[in-house]
Amino acid sequence: MSISVKNVSKSYKKVKALQDISFEVKPNELFGLIGPDGAGKTTLFRILTTLLFPNEGTATVSGFDVITDYKKIRKSVGYMPGKFSLYQDLTVEENLNFFATIFGTSIEENYDLIKDIYIQMEPFKNRRAGKLSGGMKQKLALCCALIHKPKVLFLDEPTTGVDPVSRKEFWDMLKRLQQKNITILVSTPYMDEAALCDRIALIQDGKILEIDTPEAIVKHFPKQIYNVRANNMYQLITCLNEYQHNHSVFPFGEFVHYTDSRKDFNPNELKLYLESKKLSDIEIEKTKATIEDTFMELAK
Amino acid sequence: MNRFIGFVKKEFYHIFRDRRSLFILFGMPIAQIMLFGFAITNEINNVDIAILDHSKDAVTQEIINKISASKYFSIKQLITREADIAPIFQKGHVKAVLNFEKDFSQKLIKAHGANVQIITDATDPNTANTISNYVNAILQQYQKEVNKEIVNSYQIVPQTRMVYNPELKSVYMFVPGVMTIILMLVSAMMTSISITREKELGTMEILLVSPLKPILVIVGKVFPYIFLSIINAIIIVVLSIFIFKMPVQGSLILLGMESVLFIITALALGILISTISATQQTAMMISLMGLMLPVILLSGFIFPITSMPLPLQIISNIIPAKWFIIIIKGIMLKGVGLQYIWKETLILIAMTIFFIALSVKKYKIRLE
Amino acid sequence: MNNSKVIQVTELTKMFGDFTAVNSITFEVKKGEIFGFLGANGAGKTTAMKMLIGISKPTSGKANVAGFDVFTQAEDIKKNIGYMSQKFALYDDLTVKENITFFGGIYGLSRKRIKEKSETLIKELGLEKVTNTLVGALPLGWKQKLSFSVSLIHDPKIVFLDEPTGGVDPITRRQFWEMIYKAAHQGTTIFVTTHYMDEAEYCDRVSIMVNGKIEALNTPKILKEQFKVDNMNDVFLKLARG
Repeated sequence: MSISVKNVSKSYKKVKALQDISFEVKPNELFGLIGPDGAGKTTLFRILTTLLFPNEGTATVSGFDVITDYKKIRKSVGYMPGKFSLYQDLTVEENLNFFATIFGTSIEENYDLIKDIYIQMEPFKNRRAGKLSGGMKQKLALCCALIHKPKVLFLDEPTTGVDPVSRKEFWDMLKRLQQKNITILVSTPYMDEAALCDRIALIQDGKILEIDTPEAIVKHFPKQIYNVRANNMYQLITCLNEYQHNHSVFPFGEFVHYTDSRKDFNPNELKLYLESKKLSDIEIEKTKATIEDTFMELAK
Repeated sequence: MNRFIGFVKKEFYHIFRDRRSLFILFGMPIAQIMLFGFAITNEINNVDIAILDHSKDAVTQEIINKISASKYFSIKQLITREADIAPIFQKGHVKAVLNFEKDFSQKLIKAHGANVQIITDATDPNTANTISNYVNAILQQYQKEVNKEIVNSYQIVPQTRMVYNPELKSVYMFVPGVMTIILMLVSAMMTSISITREKELGTMEILLVSPLKPILVIVGKVFPYIFLSIINAIIIVVLSIFIFKMPVQGSLILLGMESVLFIITALALGILISTISATQQTAMMISLMGLMLPVILLSGFIFPITSMPLPLQIISNIIPAKWFIIIIKGIMLKGVGLQYIWKETLILIAMTIFFIALSVKKYKIRLE
Repeated sequence: MNNSKVIQVTELTKMFGDFTAVNSITFEVKKGEIFGFLGANGAGKTTAMKMLIGISKPTSGKANVAGFDVFTQAEDIKKNIGYMSQKFALYDDLTVKENITFFGGIYGLSRKRIKEKSETLIKELGLEKVTNTLVGALPLGWKQKLSFSVSLIHDPKIVFLDEPTGGVDPITRRQFWEMIYKAAHQGTTIFVTTHYMDEAEYCDRVSIMVNGKIEALNTPKILKEQFKVDNMNDVFLKLARG
């Protein structure tokens, strides 16, 4: 196993940041840690990169224990902490050179690893990192984390706050990196990115809700979801919330994802109910569950 | 080794690209030295005084001439009545009034004593004191000359010599002190924010999850500032010699080496502060308050240590500045060599090693 | 729906030196509308919003908010709108009740009114048990809902929300949007910026800013038809790629 976490718990004074977390990441896997702010993602990352001690439990990275063999781990992993932590007043090239030198290598030595990403930044190589766009900064941070050909890559919310185009490009890069024999553990609050991982762990309030492949997780959704639409979103939500048989009512863009508490639910019944509430243009259709639906169902 | 060089390179980039730190590093010291040197002075020059001469004879005239000829005084006004004394002080035009009594020369010759009143504006007691001393000195000198001709005067004439600083030039007191303060403050402030800045920006996390050893980080951060502080020290010494005409009696090489030692001591102290501060603001506060005040008060810069109560004297021993001032005054003013200051030098070396060792120990290798 | 325009913007521009952050944008917002102001970080959304709420002076152009001119009547604008900033803008070291009382006071509410509003607010949000808890100790989602309610405490005509749902869990996000729907239903106009493209779907109309310019302005439905995609994220991708 590339990464192995067993019953890890961590508390800050009274706050339980992580509660009895266990999971494993296989070599060369692209593993996603999916959850909102405060779920415990960053705390977990810091424990795995040996920056924090767990209160309970054990963890190993590449076979090394995070407490006793921390030095070995620090030499061999790549780490991208959240929020653009590069040297803003150094240029792109200077940042890369610095990190390469610190790890006892050079840009040329592992150039093939970062080539695809670096080509996009090459026109800006003499620009200060602080003056790059959000998407560019993240790409630079990724290069700096990769420059010494780490075996395991830890990316803590690398796409938060970045525009959708750059986000997509970033994940394309991650997919390509997988083929170069690097294990990647990435955290994100964006549910749509979860679908791009090999396996994911859904985490909220320090607890893991479920671990599996994205497809399997979605299949586990216990009920049939219906897309419901009407002429007035607000009234629709209110009516559905008042409907006595509802199980979950969540707006999803132009529709509402509705699940019923009964096994033998007949959509027509719902339609009649809504019409009686003076709603019109009603549409009710079956739809597939998404990771977000599953997340909310598990978190309820 | 490569790692170390790469790290030092980065530190140099940071320093030169941050205008604020450049200003603190170079601008402040120059500004301070100029301020201290020109503005603060214990000497007096061209002080305006007024004369009330009730006698108007040859003796008073000669004394008045002597006073007028000295560069310390400038005779602004001659007043004629006692009643004029108070208003002239109130107006603030003069700082002293000399009041010669009637029949001055006759009393001097026949009664062996004539009175002259020296009235000074003591709203500034220091200046008043100095004025009064200087006038006295001039009077004593006149007396000596006059008495040379009188055979039967047995007098004990105290001869004071101000060794090393005969003119009591305040520059001699201030330059070593200010140099010490500047080197200490600038070096400590700069390094104290250096590590905390990495913590605040979040780059510390990346540095930790890397093969870099703590000692490399610490020494790497001290290194660039050594060079820059040396340049600072040179600028200060050059300014002192050429603008303030301060002599350097002793060996310039020894002065240079001791300065480098003190710079390293101050830098090490700054790094220590850095390892225990979480934010740059805290680090700056500690450097300013925790260092500046004790250095100014307890280093012997302004107030003599020997006149302080015993507990403070003991405390002053742990202040590196105290030892450096002794060293620097020794070299610049007394011209002594290493054999007289080896003890103080050794103390500084010991302090430096202690600060660096403590920094390495306190350097957090984890985030908690 | 009453069609009166509560926000009117004509060729509004903001330059910092020779960098144009907002480039001659023109649009209108109707009363009771939920208007989404989308764009990537750095596209100029926050700068534009700051001009509309009266805390930044435009370089050129015209704009009217709640009937007041942004150049000459900025202070009147501030009195008549609600604002929720990106970082939730509540005092972490004051309790829930103290925060409500404080902001009520700032908006000039009488003591009686503040008391009424406090009780209503706390009850609606289910915060009875944490009335005297420091806001800093509350979970993110609660803070955010409280912040939104506080921005409405003086019943403003328009409320400006700057990236209100950053980092919050999916359930709380939706609860938040239900609160927005309710406020809009009651006649408050909502001007919201976000970089979550799926939230764009909740809006009546959206505008998408790219590099300081408005490159698209319509209902989500029409935009999706126009770009032949089925979600707003893809609309943005197509737009950004040119």
